[in-house]
Amino acid sequence: MASVSVIEAGRPVLGRRSRLRSLRGGLQGSEYAWAIAFCIPYIAVFLAFVVYPVLYGLWLGHKPALYLELVHDPIYQETVVNTILYLVIGVNVKMFFALLLSGFFMRKGWWVKGLLMIYVLPWAVPALPTFISIHWMLNTQWGLVNNALWDVFHVDGPGWLDTTRWLALGSVIVSYIWKNMPFWTVILLAGRMAIPTELYEAAEVDGATGIRRFVHVSMPLLANLYLVCTLLSTIFTLGDFNTAYFISGGGPALSTHVLATLGIRDAFEIARPELGVAAVLSALPLMIPLVITLMHKLRTSEVQL
Amino acid sequence: MTAVTAQGAPARRPNYKRRRVWGEMAALALAVVLIIWTLAPLYNMVMVSLSSHADVFSSNIWPSDASAVSYWIVLSEGYWYLEYFWHQYANSIYIGFWTVFLTLGIGSMVSYSIGRMRIRHGWLLTNAALMTYLVPASFLAIPFYRIMQSYGLGNNVWSIIAVEVTFATPYAIFIFQQYGRSIPFELDEAARIDGASPIQVYFRIYLPLMAPALVAVGTYALLLAWNEYLYQFLLLSNKRSMTVPVALAQFLNSDESPWNYMMATAVVYAIPPVIIYYLFRGKMTAGLTMGGVKG
Repeated sequence: MASVSVIEAGRPVLGRRSRLRSLRGGLQGSEYAWAIAFCIPYIAVFLAFVVYPVLYGLWLGHKPALYLELVHDPIYQETVVNTILYLVIGVNVKMFFALLLSGFFMRKGWWVKGLLMIYVLPWAVPALPTFISIHWMLNTQWGLVNNALWDVFHVDGPGWLDTTRWLALGSVIVSYIWKNMPFWTVILLAGRMAIPTELYEAAEVDGATGIRRFVHVSMPLLANLYLVCTLLSTIFTLGDFNTAYFISGGGPALSTHVLATLGIRDAFEIARPELGVAAVLSALPLMIPLVITLMHKLRTSEVQL
Repeated sequence: MTAVTAQGAPARRPNYKRRRVWGEMAALALAVVLIIWTLAPLYNMVMVSLSSHADVFSSNIWPSDASAVSYWIVLSEGYWYLEYFWHQYANSIYIGFWTVFLTLGIGSMVSYSIGRMRIRHGWLLTNAALMTYLVPASFLAIPFYRIMQSYGLGNNVWSIIAVEVTFATPYAIFIFQQYGRSIPFELDEAARIDGASPIQVYFRIYLPLMAPALVAVGTYALLLAWNEYLYQFLLLSNKRSMTVPVALAQFLNSDESPWNYMMATAVVYAIPPVIIYYLFRGKMTAGLTMGGVKG
């Protein structure tokens, strides 16, 4: 970034003077045309498929009455609570275990490498087939989970998805963790591998082992990465439609919707697109600070993520 | 946190060996738990696909009489829900191919212009891309649906390609810019002094040197397109234009659910990305350390 602004400062007018500049900075006439031409496809995509939909969405959801209606809607109230639980529990439990497991996968040995190959499968397999599979696993009568519970402990498992709100929401969160934990484990593992081994050796010489080594060496170095990962994951999870839609489908009795699924339901099942957009836009107070923080962190490349 | 340093054995203490044995035991126990946790839903998928209809609705935890007949029914389109299976599979491949091609093309061109040619105000585009990367795709689904109708792309696979490219390109730009910093500028300068035009530099120098990043982003874009459901569901309703995930979900919502056929379809759909993932795993992990992927 810095080098670009320096060049711009030294090049007030794009004209003859730029020709005198080094090839590295100034762009000559035809080169400038090429540079513009190379940007045009992306600018077109951005205007047609990002700017236009965003503005259209804002226009659809601009009426304050929609938000009043939402606030008084018990389904929306439950949805907000679900979304918060989903984000707070799902993201943090997932990131915490990912952090621990990334430490585990730093172990040497062929079987740890093999285990990692198996462990990343949930990330490699497409979301939809696995969620449908989990949905069937949690079937009260014929699902694998309750069958296994009966075979091993001789107890009747509960109706995971169709009896109570909390069991169903818990199932959604566990499925979410199952699907997404491997990805973040791999990211944190890459972060750990980037820590120079000399640091650990030095800590070892100074007598820091086990938990103390983690607290005084790994954690300070991973803290920023962990924070960025958690924020990124929060924003991706906020937009996660597939998990809730395919595990619980919002049931029982519309009690496990999250904002992403409720918006789609309002727009397409009860045919009120404005209300759906308003439900989605009501996440903006959470999204805007997240986006600003992340843009700052990612752009300055404090973190190589 | 018993991670052993990658190089050099730590100083050995007298009780080191005993602790090591316990550590190994704990690690093995954890490994068993992880394997069960990871494989249970995948096992369920394969098990149901190998079961007969009666076995699906039973309390067995493994098929009493495993057979691959469901796969044959899927592959031969032998069930009314599956009558366009290959057509739908081809749609998924078509969408995946064009998403990869356009994402790499558009992303590398704009990154070249911003990062190598140093176009004025390039940072605006970088920021625009970064912001798009941070907006959840599902939040734009409702306006997108309306807009695609007005663009005349309703029920057209190109509307899906447009969506996937829109949401994959920001990541591509992000990665390409980070990776591009490792390519020395002297190469571009030398080529330009020798009289190469910007487009020649782009094709002869920039793209070949960016190959690892291209592979990482290409894999990412393909998996994104293969994983995506919401937009495909909203924008494709015709049986001949829809993709496998949409057909699969339609299956789920029908009254009769032939779960064994459904799971066989799911397995057939899941195999290509898994193969591609393992083929390009090293490259993708390299890409990950350069930039995040939408999980």
